[in-house]
Formats: sequence, C-alpha cells, structure tokens
Amino acid sequence: MNYSSYIALIPLLPLAGFALLGLFGRKYFKQSSGIIGTLLLLVSTGLALYTAYQYFFVNGKVDGVYQSITAIKYTWLSFSGNVSIDMGIILDPISVMMLVVVTFVSLMVHIFSLGYMKGEERFATYYAFLALFTFSMLGLVVSTNLFQVYMFWELVGVSSYLLIGFYYDRPSAVAASKKAFVVTRFADLGFLVGILILAYYGKSLDIKTLVENINSTELANITTASFFGISALTWGLTMVFIGGAGKSAMFPLHIWLPDAMEGPTPVSALIHAATMVVAGVYLVARLFPLFTLTQSTLNIVTFVGLISAFLAAIIACTQTDIKRVLAYSTMSQIGYMMFALGVSGYTGEAELGYTASMFHLFTHAFFKSLLFLGAGAVIHLVHSNEMKDMGGLRKYMPVTHITFLIACLAIAGIPPFAGFFSKEEILLAAYHSNKIVYAFALFTSGLTAFYMFRLYFSIFWKAKGPSMLVEAHSPSPLERDWGEAEGPISMKLPLIILGACTVIAGFIPFGKYVTSDGIPLESHFDLVFSIAPVAFGIGGILLAMWIYKKESERPSRISTALGGLYKTAYHKFYIDEIYMFITKKIIFNLVGRPAAWIDRNIVDGAMNGIAWTTGKFSAMIKGIQSGRVQGYALFFFGGIIVLAMIFLYLWK
Amino acid sequence: MNLSLLIILPFITLLAILLVRGLKQVRTIALAGSALQLLLVLALLYLYREERAAGNNAAFIFEDGYIWYRSLGINYHVGVDGISIAMILMTALVVIAGVLVSWKMEKMNKEFFFLLIFLSLGAYGFFISLDLFTLFFFLELAVIPKFLLIGIWGSGKKEYSAMKLALMLMGGSALVFVGLAGLYFNTSVNGAHSFDLFDVANQHIPVGVQRVFFPFAFVGFGIFTALFPFHTWVPDGHSSAPTAASMFLAGISMKLGGYGCLRVATFLMPEAAKEYSTIIIVLACIAILYGAFATMMQNDLKYINAYSSVSHCGFILLGIGILTRTSINGAVIQMVSHGLMTALFFAAIGMIYDRTHSRQVAQLGGLMKMMPFISTVFVIAGLCSLGMPGLSGFVAEMTVFMGSWEKSDMFYRIATIVACASIVVTAVYILRAVGSAIMGPVKNSGYLPLKDAGWNEKLAAGLLIVGILVIGIAPLYLTELINPGTDIIMNVINKAVTK
Repeated sequence: MNYSSYIALIPLLPLAGFALLGLFGRKYFKQSSGIIGTLLLLVSTGLALYTAYQYFFVNGKVDGVYQSITAIKYTWLSFSGNVSIDMGIILDPISVMMLVVVTFVSLMVHIFSLGYMKGEERFATYYAFLALFTFSMLGLVVSTNLFQVYMFWELVGVSSYLLIGFYYDRPSAVAASKKAFVVTRFADLGFLVGILILAYYGKSLDIKTLVENINSTELANITTASFFGISALTWGLTMVFIGGAGKSAMFPLHIWLPDAMEGPTPVSALIHAATMVVAGVYLVARLFPLFTLTQSTLNIVTFVGLISAFLAAIIACTQTDIKRVLAYSTMSQIGYMMFALGVSGYTGEAELGYTASMFHLFTHAFFKSLLFLGAGAVIHLVHSNEMKDMGGLRKYMPVTHITFLIACLAIAGIPPFAGFFSKEEILLAAYHSNKIVYAFALFTSGLTAFYMFRLYFSIFWKAKGPSMLVEAHSPSPLERDWGEAEGPISMKLPLIILGACTVIAGFIPFGKYVTSDGIPLESHFDLVFSIAPVAFGIGGILLAMWIYKKESERPSRISTALGGLYKTAYHKFYIDEIYMFITKKIIFNLVGRPAAWIDRNIVDGAMNGIAWTTGKFSAMIKGIQSGRVQGYALFFFGGIIVLAMIFLYLWK
Repeated sequence: MNLSLLIILPFITLLAILLVRGLKQVRTIALAGSALQLLLVLALLYLYREERAAGNNAAFIFEDGYIWYRSLGINYHVGVDGISIAMILMTALVVIAGVLVSWKMEKMNKEFFFLLIFLSLGAYGFFISLDLFTLFFFLELAVIPKFLLIGIWGSGKKEYSAMKLALMLMGGSALVFVGLAGLYFNTSVNGAHSFDLFDVANQHIPVGVQRVFFPFAFVGFGIFTALFPFHTWVPDGHSSAPTAASMFLAGISMKLGGYGCLRVATFLMPEAAKEYSTIIIVLACIAILYGAFATMMQNDLKYINAYSSVSHCGFILLGIGILTRTSINGAVIQMVSHGLMTALFFAAIGMIYDRTHSRQVAQLGGLMKMMPFISTVFVIAGLCSLGMPGLSGFVAEMTVFMGSWEKSDMFYRIATIVACASIVVTAVYILRAVGSAIMGPVKNSGYLPLKDAGWNEKLAAGLLIVGILVIGIAPLYLTELINPGTDIIMNVINKAVTK
C-alpha cells in the first residue's frame, strides 16, 4: 500500500497554514485565522491517527516485527560521494507515535487558544507561528536523514524563539526568547559537530544507511579512530547528545526553560512541555542503535538524565510561579525519559528502558499539556502567575479543578492514571540495571508528588475564598454565573479531552507496539514492585496536604528551618548566575570587547598608520620639488659630484 | 544569446539617464533599466539551461570575442558558466532592489542613479569576462563609482571613509594587476603573451612563478572580500555609504573579490593555491570568528551588518581555501546568499534610518509596533544571517562545513569547528540587534507616528526575500547550476601536484 500520498499532507497542511496566515492573516483573516489554523490541523490530526491505525494494526508489521518504512524521500542537496541531505518521511513505531502526539496536542492547543488568545492584536501572527512550529516539529519526527533532523531542529528552535517572544514589548519576554535561542544554539553546535563526525565515518547522512554502515563495515574505523583517547563514535554520539540535552533542557543546559515561560501559556503547553523539549529524547531514541554501541555515552545519558530529574524536582519544590514549577517538573520528567534510555539495552528484555522512555514521553505529553492548559485557564482568570494570588479556586473552576487533579495524580504516579504505568516501567528498567539510579529515581518520584500537590493545593484549596476574585468581580461573586470563570467552551473542551486521555492512555500495552528493535515486548506487570513507588507518591501527597491544604505558618516555618538549603534551591542553585558571569564577564568583556578594540585600534590602526606614514613621507620629500631652479641646480651638481666620486673610487 | 547585451543594456540606460531631468524621470528610467536587466538575466538563465540540456558540455557558453589590442594580446572575450550566471542573477536582484530603495533620493538624483547603473555595468562585465585584462578593466569600473557614492551622498565621516575605501580597494587592484601581469608574462601563445583565461589555463605556469604571483592575486582580490587583516575598509565604508551604495558594496563588490579569488587566483594557479591553503584557511577562520566577536560589541546597525559581513565573507574564503568540490560549491552559494542577504539587511537598516534618523541599537526599540513590515524584513535578514534552515544562509554555511569536513587532517577539523562556532556568536549578535531595536518597548515616543514601508520598499525587499527563499528551500537548482563550473576548477586542482 502506498503511504506517501497522504502522509506528506500531515506536515504540509500546517506549513500551508503558516504561509497563508503569515502573508495574509493580518489583513484578511484577522478574526478567522484561529479557525483556519485549527481546521487545517484537524485534518492533519485525522490523517495522523489514520496513519497510526494503518501502521500499528494493518500493515506495519511483517512477521511479527514492526518495520521501518521510508514513505517518501527525495534529494534536497547533494555533496560529494553518496552523501546527501534528503527530505523524507520515515514510518516506524516512534515516528508514528510522535506524529499522533504532536498533531493531537497541537490541535488541543489550537482549540484552547481560540478562547485564551481572543482579542489579542496579533491573533493571526500567533496562529501563523503555531502552524510553523507544528510543521517543523512534524518534519523533525519523520526525518529520514540526520541533516533533516538538524534542519527541523533549528526550525523548531526559531519558532520557539518567535513564540516565547510573542509579547515582544515586554523586555522579560525578549530576554527569555534570546536566552532560549542562544543556549539551545550553543548545544546545537555540539549536534552539528556530532553529525559531521558520524557522517564522515558512516559515509552517509541517511539515518538507516548510517546505522547500517557503522554497525557493519565502518565499525572498526569509527571505534579505533580516537581523539584524546576517546573513540570517534563516542565523541560523535556525545556531541549529538549535547544537542539533545540543550533542546530537552537537561542539566547543565536547562537554564532557558524556566525563562521560556514568558511565552503565552498554551505555547508553553505545546512547545515547552509536550513536544519540542522531548526532541532530545526522541533524538537519542532515533539513534539508539548507535548509542548502544558505546556504553560510555549511555552512561553520560543516564547520569545527565538522573541529575536533571533530581535537581529539577528539588528546585520545583521552592518556586512560587506556577508556570515555573511546571517547567521544572517538565525538566524532571524528561530527565526520567533520558535515564530510562540510558539504562536500556537494544534487544530482548533489556529494551524495557527504551519502551518505558517512549511510553513516558507519550503519557507525559497528555498530562503535562493538560497541566499547562489548566494553569493557563487559572492565569486567564486571576491574571497572575504567582501562587500567592491564588487559592480556593476549586469552587469557581470545577472542570479545571478536576482535570488538574487527574493530571497531578498521573504525574505523581498514582494508579490507574497514565503516569503510573509509564513511570513504573522506567523504575523497573532502572532497578534491573543500576540500583543507585533506581534509588534516586524513587526518591525523586516522591518529590514529584510533593511539589505537584503543593501546586494543586495552593491553587485550588488553601484560602477560604478568592479574595482577589471578590474584588475583581464585584459586587457579589456568588450571584455571578461562575460557569464563565473558566472561559468559553473552547478552553474547557481541550481540558476534558486531555483529562480523558490521561485516564486511559496508561492502559495501552505500549511494549506491544513501541520497541527499539520492532519486536513486541511482553510486559509483565509486577504488583509487588509497584508498592514502593506508589507509597512514595502517596507520602509526597500527604506531606503536601499537611503543609499546604490550609492556610498556615507551616510553609514559612519549614523554609526557615531548611535555611541555606532552601535558599539555594530557591535560587536554582545559582546556575543562572554562573552562566551570567561567564557570558557577561568573560565572553563579552574578555573576548568581544578586546576583539572590537583590537580591530579599531590595532588592525585598522595599522592601515591608518600606513596611510599616515605615506602622507608624512610625501610631505617630507615634497620640499625637494620646490620649483626653484637654484635648488634643482644644487641637486644636479651635487649629484654629479657624488657620482663622479663614486666612479672615481670604483674605477680608479 | 549575445552576452554583450549585459553591458550594452546598462550603457543605454546610462545614456537615457543623461538625457532626462528631474527625479521622477530619472528614477523611472533607472527602474526600467534595472527591470530589463533582471529580465535579461532570467532569459540568460533560461537559455543557459536549455543549452546545457541540449548537451552542450563546453566549459563556458555563449562565448564571444573581439580583438581589442592585438599587439599586447588583449581581447574582449566573454562567456558564462553556472558560477558566473549565479553571480549575475544575484547582481541583477540587488541592482533593482537598490534602485527601488533609492526612490526618494532628491539630492543630485541624476548623478546618483547614473553611478548605480554604472556600477552594475562594471559588475556584469567583470562576471562575464574571460580575458584577464577586460576583467581587470571592469573591476576598476566598479570601484570608482563607490568613491563618489560615499563621498557625495554618504553620512558621518564620509570623506574619510570614501578615501579609505577607495585607497584600500585600489591597493587591492594594484596587487591584482601585479598578479595578472605575472601570469601574462609567463604565457606564450605562438610566441606572444596572452591575457586570455583559456590560454593561461592551458599553459602550465611554473610552480615557482605561481608561488610568487598567487599571493598578489589572492590578497588583491581578498581585500575586496574582506580578507583579514585588510577588512577595515568594510565597517567604515558601509556605515558612511547611502543605503543603495551599502547594498551594492556588500552585495556585489565584495563578491567581485571572492569570484576573482576563485576564477583567477585558484583556477589559474592551482599548485600555489594548494601550497598557500593553510594560510588562507587560518586567515578565513580568524575573519569568521573574530569578525563575529567584534560584531557582538557594535552599537550601530550598519556597523553590526558590516562586521557580520566580514565574518560571513570569511566563509567564502574558507570554502575556497579548503579546495574540495563541496567547499567551493559552498563558497559560491555563500557569495550569492550573502549578496542577497546583506543587501536585504542594508535595505531594512536604510528604511529604519530614513524614518527614525538613528541607527543606534540603544535608541531604537519596539519598531515592530510602528513598522511591522520593515521589522519583519529585518528579522528575516537576521534569521538568514544566523543560518535558519529554509533561508539561503543555512545552505551556504552547511555546504562549506560539509566540504571542509571531507578533509580528515586534524588541522581541517579544527578549522571547521572554529568556523562552526561562529553560528553561536552570530545568534548572539543578531538576536541582540533584533531584541533591542525591533522588539522591546518603544523607547522614543517620537517614533510612534512613523509609517511602514511604501510600495517601492516592499517590492525591493520582496524580490530579495524571494531569492533567499528559493535558494533556501530548493538549493538543488543552484548547486546543479554551479556544479559544472566547480568541476572545471576541481579538475585543475586535482591534477595539481605539490611537493
């Protein structure tokens, strides 16, 4: 069956939306741009779901193994030899899964934004940017070529930049967008060098060919060629991983993610929670056959993931801006996905980590976008991101409250919600591989439950009444129809749909469909094993409840008791300050300024110096051509005498 | 097709400009002339592809020649290959855009447009010349108008800049001429010397001679294309020049140098090119990274773009210095891409300056609010500069990187990584400029009533953006166009043996 005819439309429809709304949106579709964008994406989503159905249930499997199918491929730019950049569409379990995740979450965000962004002056531009992002992300996940990945990788970076800086007149948004782009660009440098190394030894940029070449004929070359005693393969993959770590906000390249929350909240839900930030995980998964060849890189992946998961969870416990809490929680959850890949093997039982990572990516997309959209609804109502301005909202926002609670339970790993199943698998994979990783992961899952419910109780419980709402909606809040508080149906509907997904997504037998080698993995569910994680989760929830459910002195007492530790975590371990020091003091003052100064004074000074010398010299000798005959006569006879003396001396 | 039309058409335009008076008439003639140029060049592209499709494998097509000065072996000899067509196409786009943005040039308008068209004549002549003397002749034709354009219509310390630019470029020309003369006196066709490109190429210039004259030719052309440390005319020249002159200067003139380095220095003296490649690569890498760092500290939009041109032109020299097929392709793509992109950048800066009378990053701010079109143009030029996929800059840079990575010595590896590192610095300075000039709150309430772009400015920007997009989205057309030309150069290089 020919896939190509309609699959290309999945990314191309959003691209068409971008072109249409970007060029004509301001003038002609000021009101209707939201609807246009949403409808185009609805078609894309339908096609993606159909593709997934076809692939997983009809014809993706041959002899019990899911195939990797190249649906479309054409040469975009060719270099010497067989190396070329191709644009193509690959269908394999992870790309098909990502197609569904990206289109679906993007559709939800499109619908949500119809209400959330209503009345915004640059409504059409907003939808154009959303469409550009969706196109880029879809292009990324279906890439057949490593360079195609890189191109779309850059494009998602640019669309993220444009959307973070959407409120361009706020200096904080401008600074955040700049920071996000530059930090990820720095990581992309690693990615680019990694691609160059892999392509040189693998003799191709096509991922399939590259993997085959490196696995067979070129393996000896790439593992023996070494630089500083480390093999070229390890270098290449580590460099690629740096790129992935930058995009996925892994420690120590995570600093841009919390600031990126300056963008509109639906954008945070789409880009900085569900899709773009997991690109790094996806990249490692995409090149997983190569990663399994070198244990040292896998160890780096594991520990970077673990440190990020743990560190972010601690920071999340201290933040007061609800979006920042969610941002750190995203970082922490992506850390889980990363180390799950790090502890995984390529075949058989050992590939549980891979499946678990992809499973967590899948479920996380639903509950984290749900959390962000819920937070968006809250922010839409109270016009603030700070926890202290919230409290007691459960009465006024029943839909948001319930769906938010579901998402919190899911991320805390409470059965039967989606997060429980995926996190369970990750912990199991970690347990079989490395007990220290397991211990940290287990503790972090307790922390996760704690900070999420700290957030939940602070938003929806705590204060008796919404004092600030009372003022905002005078005279009498109780007489008002509070159904409106949650915004129009376009904002509630995505919450409900995502809530439903969060409840059911966990029951998908993921191992049957998504594995690293395509052979279904029999999942065996171990009840005894789940006791510890669930206990940690419930413990975290109870602790959060005890501290935050009612207004009390407890939070401040605890933070004072923790003293320096609390303060350090609150200041995000001063990592931002370290970066600021490096960029402002070292790069700008010790490299940039001298370069500019040297150029103006030394290099250009030399040029001016030559001109000046020429001028002086000519001034000096111009006196000779004075026009006075006596002078010339003097030179003339003087010259004759000198010459005569020389001749006499030489030929005497 | 008769290639001399490319010279005759601007010449007729010049005569017509002389006959009319008043801004309205002058600019109409100039626009009509440049529009015809563009059509002519598109026709040339079409005919060239037809000819190639029909199986014409000659190195240069549409050759034409007349004897000019027999006793010295100087001939008028023209012809094009894919590389020259790419350059000519870029030139035509920049010329029409330059005429369009100068639409309201009141001061001495006749002379102004005359010089613009004159400059384009020089550029076309240069790109189609197959005779080293005529090539040099047209190179000089393209230098002189710049002195006047900056000196008369410029701003700031314009006399200083005009003089500096003219002297440095003239110095470059002098070096070029020494190089060409060195080649000339080492040819012998039927007992006479020859300036003809083919004659020189077919003679084997002794390696010792190449060693002496290659630096002259390469550095001479290199000065045009901002070879470190002879790049200092770039910031001053650009910042003082009027908008259209900046566009021509950065878009076209700097490419004359790159083209010359490739077509004359490298092609005719391949052994020396190989021997000197290490030095070229080092200088190019310095220009790339050091130029980028210097850009980071600039506060004037024109200085930012001028220094970034130094950095970007470093890629041209790097591509040529690496001497692989892919890297030379990359250098050519970068010439075209940078020509369009930098012209777009200067056009946007000029539009901003016309309205706000300021180019200081710190004084501007929030322009997106008043002039969304111009701001978008600026952002697109910026994104192209920092290598966003889908725009031409990405294609060019990546091709150079891929090309230089093909050589496996550690030296080339390090050079490539140094060059790659510039993409981060580029992002920093571009986003700094965009962040404080285009985005952010409106800093000066006097800017609030300012108007967005007019039709002429929209058309100018639109044409350049289309060029950038076409290369960025479908680069295969461009590489297929220039590949035969690159192959000829590579044949010579691969045959060259060095000790």
